Amino acid sequence: MSADIFEYAPAPESRAIVKLNSEYGLFINGKWVSPQSKKKFSSINPATEEVLAKVSQGNQADVDKAVKAARAAYNKVWSKTKPKERAKYLFRIARLLQERAREFAVLESLDNGKPIRETRDVDVPLSAAHFFYHAGWADKLEYAGYGDNPKPYGVVAQIIPWNFPLLMLAWKVAPALATGNTVVLKPAETTPLTALLFAEICQQAELPAGVVNIVTGDGATGAALVNHGDIDKVAFTGSTEVGKAIATSIADRGIPATLELGGKGANIVFDDAPIDEAVEGIINGIFFNQGHVCCAGSRLLLQESIVDDFLTKLQSRMAKIRVGDPLDKNTDLGAINSAAQLSKIKELSESGTKEGANIWSAPCSLPAKGFWYPPTIFTGVTQAHRIAREEIFGPVLSVLTFRTPQEAMEKANNTPYGLSAGIWTEKGSKILWAAQQLKAGVIWANTFNKFDPASPFGGYKESGWGREGGRHGLAAYIKGAK
Amino acid sequence: MSELGNKLIDGSESSLRAFLDNLPGVDKVGAEGRAAMLGTRSIKTTSKARAIDLAISMVDLTTLEGADTPGKVRSLCAKALRPDPSDLKVPHVGAICVYNDMVKVARDYLDSIGGQSIPVAAVSTAFPSGRASMEVKLRDTQDAIESGASEIDMVIDRGAFLSGKFGSVFDEIREIKALCGEKAHLKVILETGELATYDNVRKASYLAMLAGADFIKTSTGKVSPAATPPVVLVMLEAVRDFFALTGKKIGVKPAGGIRTTKDAIKQLVLVNETTGPEWLTPKLFRIGASALLNDLLMQRMKLSNGRYSSANYVTVD
Amino acid sequence: MRIDVMKTYKLYIGGTFPRSESGRSYELKDKKGNFIANPALASRKDLRDAVVAAKAAFSGWSHATAYNRGQILYRMAEMLESRTEQFVAEIKALEGVSDSVARKQVQDSIDLWVWYAGWSDKISTTSGGTNPIAGPYYNFTIPEPLGVVGVIADEKESLLGITRGLAPVITSGNTAVLIASERLPLSAISLAEVMATSDLPTGVVNILTGSKSELIPWLASHMEVDGLDISGAEKKLDGEIKRAGTENLKRIYRFEKDASLKRILSFTEYKTVWHPIGI
Repeated sequence: MSADIFEYAPAPESRAIVKLNSEYGLFINGKWVSPQSKKKFSSINPATEEVLAKVSQGNQADVDKAVKAARAAYNKVWSKTKPKERAKYLFRIARLLQERAREFAVLESLDNGKPIRETRDVDVPLSAAHFFYHAGWADKLEYAGYGDNPKPYGVVAQIIPWNFPLLMLAWKVAPALATGNTVVLKPAETTPLTALLFAEICQQAELPAGVVNIVTGDGATGAALVNHGDIDKVAFTGSTEVGKAIATSIADRGIPATLELGGKGANIVFDDAPIDEAVEGIINGIFFNQGHVCCAGSRLLLQESIVDDFLTKLQSRMAKIRVGDPLDKNTDLGAINSAAQLSKIKELSESGTKEGANIWSAPCSLPAKGFWYPPTIFTGVTQAHRIAREEIFGPVLSVLTFRTPQEAMEKANNTPYGLSAGIWTEKGSKILWAAQQLKAGVIWANTFNKFDPASPFGGYKESGWGREGGRHGLAAYIKGAK
Repeated sequence: MSELGNKLIDGSESSLRAFLDNLPGVDKVGAEGRAAMLGTRSIKTTSKARAIDLAISMVDLTTLEGADTPGKVRSLCAKALRPDPSDLKVPHVGAICVYNDMVKVARDYLDSIGGQSIPVAAVSTAFPSGRASMEVKLRDTQDAIESGASEIDMVIDRGAFLSGKFGSVFDEIREIKALCGEKAHLKVILETGELATYDNVRKASYLAMLAGADFIKTSTGKVSPAATPPVVLVMLEAVRDFFALTGKKIGVKPAGGIRTTKDAIKQLVLVNETTGPEWLTPKLFRIGASALLNDLLMQRMKLSNGRYSSANYVTVD
Repeated sequence: MRIDVMKTYKLYIGGTFPRSESGRSYELKDKKGNFIANPALASRKDLRDAVVAAKAAFSGWSHATAYNRGQILYRMAEMLESRTEQFVAEIKALEGVSDSVARKQVQDSIDLWVWYAGWSDKISTTSGGTNPIAGPYYNFTIPEPLGVVGVIADEKESLLGITRGLAPVITSGNTAVLIASERLPLSAISLAEVMATSDLPTGVVNILTGSKSELIPWLASHMEVDGLDISGAEKKLDGEIKRAGTENLKRIYRFEKDASLKRILSFTEYKTVWHPIGI
């Protein structure tokens, strides 16, 4: 009688709230314009492979037009707008995002493949919160610790990834506008739709034309933007590989960049951890957003004395992860964002098996269409395995073990990345000791994957340059600030 | 001490303390976060109908008032057997839960109306405070069993627990269990609202299970907070892990504060995701409540006829 | 007549004063063309050794208490003060400036060490903080030292240029590899003598003399070097240095101001720690 009572699904969120156009232009100078390239490409739903809309491929001429619009808006309007008025535009945007939260959540889920539970509870509310938070800074920048007369850079080029399309937009656009910059934003090729919907929010907020410009396209569009001669600052979130390429391409031009790049975060569980919450934290650390998270806890470091018990609990918990329709409110793990990402995940997983690690995937049925990968762990992983070193960016956890706290720190830090780390122990002094030892910009102790506009985010080493969020994140958009 | 407990501890205070102190801690924010996340699970309409019936069958329909009378108890018994007189397909509740002196009234009346299969549970051991001598607690329990109670809801000595006298709490449960023998199921009330921390809830859960509890129960209903989802989560985790350790399935009974169908279904989701569906039976999960039953009935009507119901269409008790 | 005992100007690596492993040196003359010294012409292998020493010293120095670091920097100021005449003489000889100008430079350097000594235990206070996040978590951000920082010394005011570069780097807990001024290396080596007698742990500062154009590319591309102060490099090299530094995303800065908190913070990383609040 009981077993089938909890067929939770399907409890799908209605798609009706989202009204998509069949085609989108570029959002330049407050208006929708056709791309000079005359080219469009499809944005698909990775859960079904259906085409959601055609979007424009911005080329160099389009980028130039957008930069010119941003420059004109900066010179003529935005730099002359009083800080307290700038603040009110941002407050408006925050409120508009809240009002249309459901619509953004559904669209994000459709375009990205992530579960509606996450877009509804994380991506969209946090995006609104980012605007609300930064709105308040706009007329208080002289109190931020960057001198009495903090100045914006001017025109900022911003390139964002596909894993948190709207949230990364908010992380970029909100502080840039609050500090008085104007923006040319390039959303990710596979997830441009919420950014295009955001353009409507800018219109509803009556944001002056040209303050925010949105140019969709692929890597070539991004390169054209970074290489444009009239930008004053670059902000990029994405892979370390592209981040380095950007750093190289701006080296001669003396313009600054903030880079928020890859990671291979260690989630360290000591034998005195709150075990049940640690299991949840590991699950959240690697399966949140299909593991498409730069700060994911993709390496589990387990103290040897608890390995067997912990893995038993972890696997039994993994078996309860609900994989499937991203719009189902009960779904925990949605679709992999693209065919390309799926093949990368598969390739790295195969390397794990080839190199002698043991693979285990949660028993779950995957939809026939779309891009899917089951929750997976590798045990018997050592520092020498590729899956312990390279960012998989998928729902794949590598399990390593350690004997002493010192060894845990050594292994955790043994990576060119330094974005995040997790510590699980009930011993306070050990938490503070470990937090001190770990070379990572964000350390979650007895929790994981928590974000807040007031909390700076960013990495050590090859995980990037600079911080986003909080007072410290403002420095990225204030001239000469550090 | 139970035979099962023997494998884990030798019965001494020090072995008990070593065992309980060695349990992993509970992180409050993490546990509450998990419970809240499970609270967002929604179940489909067809499943909901079955979930409501299951919840009804798990209700320990309770009256624990100083003003209780035989008349009040009898009408509650009638409701326990036929929760919705207009729809006899509604299952009967899990049990009737009353004070000691009402046990015989309830038992006799249930037997007389065809409710032989509904157990009567008695709150015992100087419920709700437990502040009486052991002699009184034993006599209290003996009295309930003799009056026809087949389930004993005892309270632990929270004072002793909080002052670290785990052995004393353990011995009391063990003695009451011995008295219950085969005649009555023992539910041990932890009164989690007085234990104050989830760490204590986990320790008390294990302590009760080691001492021989058949069920662990959150609360008396006289103290707030009572059966909050995270408290039930922590108890279910203890039950799940105790099963892994010993092979014995212990039941869980949240009581107090579960008033709506939504609350009840959240509890069932917690069970499903923590111990698994094997615990989704009145044998292993009960909900101590009074007002809840009517809300379940009204939701059931809504599901069957598509209209939101009114209190006019369910019986007051 | 007594013959002076001339000083051999060597490198400073891991607390020792070796000659270049290459055996090379170069001739240094004063403005009038008189011989002054044959400082070591450091090789890329010397640079490698210096980075190893700096890396080895990082853990201890960065985890020393800020108070302790401040005291050691202050001790350096004390030692400098007592050796003022030596530095004045060297500056006069090489830079060809008057006694009062040289003396001013030494005094300004001493004062700058004192200024940065006082910063060590203020950095977290002024630049870290707790963040009021929307949830039951305690959340704080603190600046931490980056690691090994390469400092390219100014070519103009020898002692002051070194001080401007080194002091902000090490006060926060970084360790450093300094490429001394090619033309004016004497103060750098004499400063090493000050460091060696100031309880500065070995390897915290390592000093190389020689050819900047030879050493900078190796420093910029070294994967164990986390940051670079290129204020003393020719501006036209900026692009080249930055490109070389991208492989490990070095933090590379050129500073305008002589003394600032920004010079300290540029070689720190913000670490943010979250912990739940609950019983």
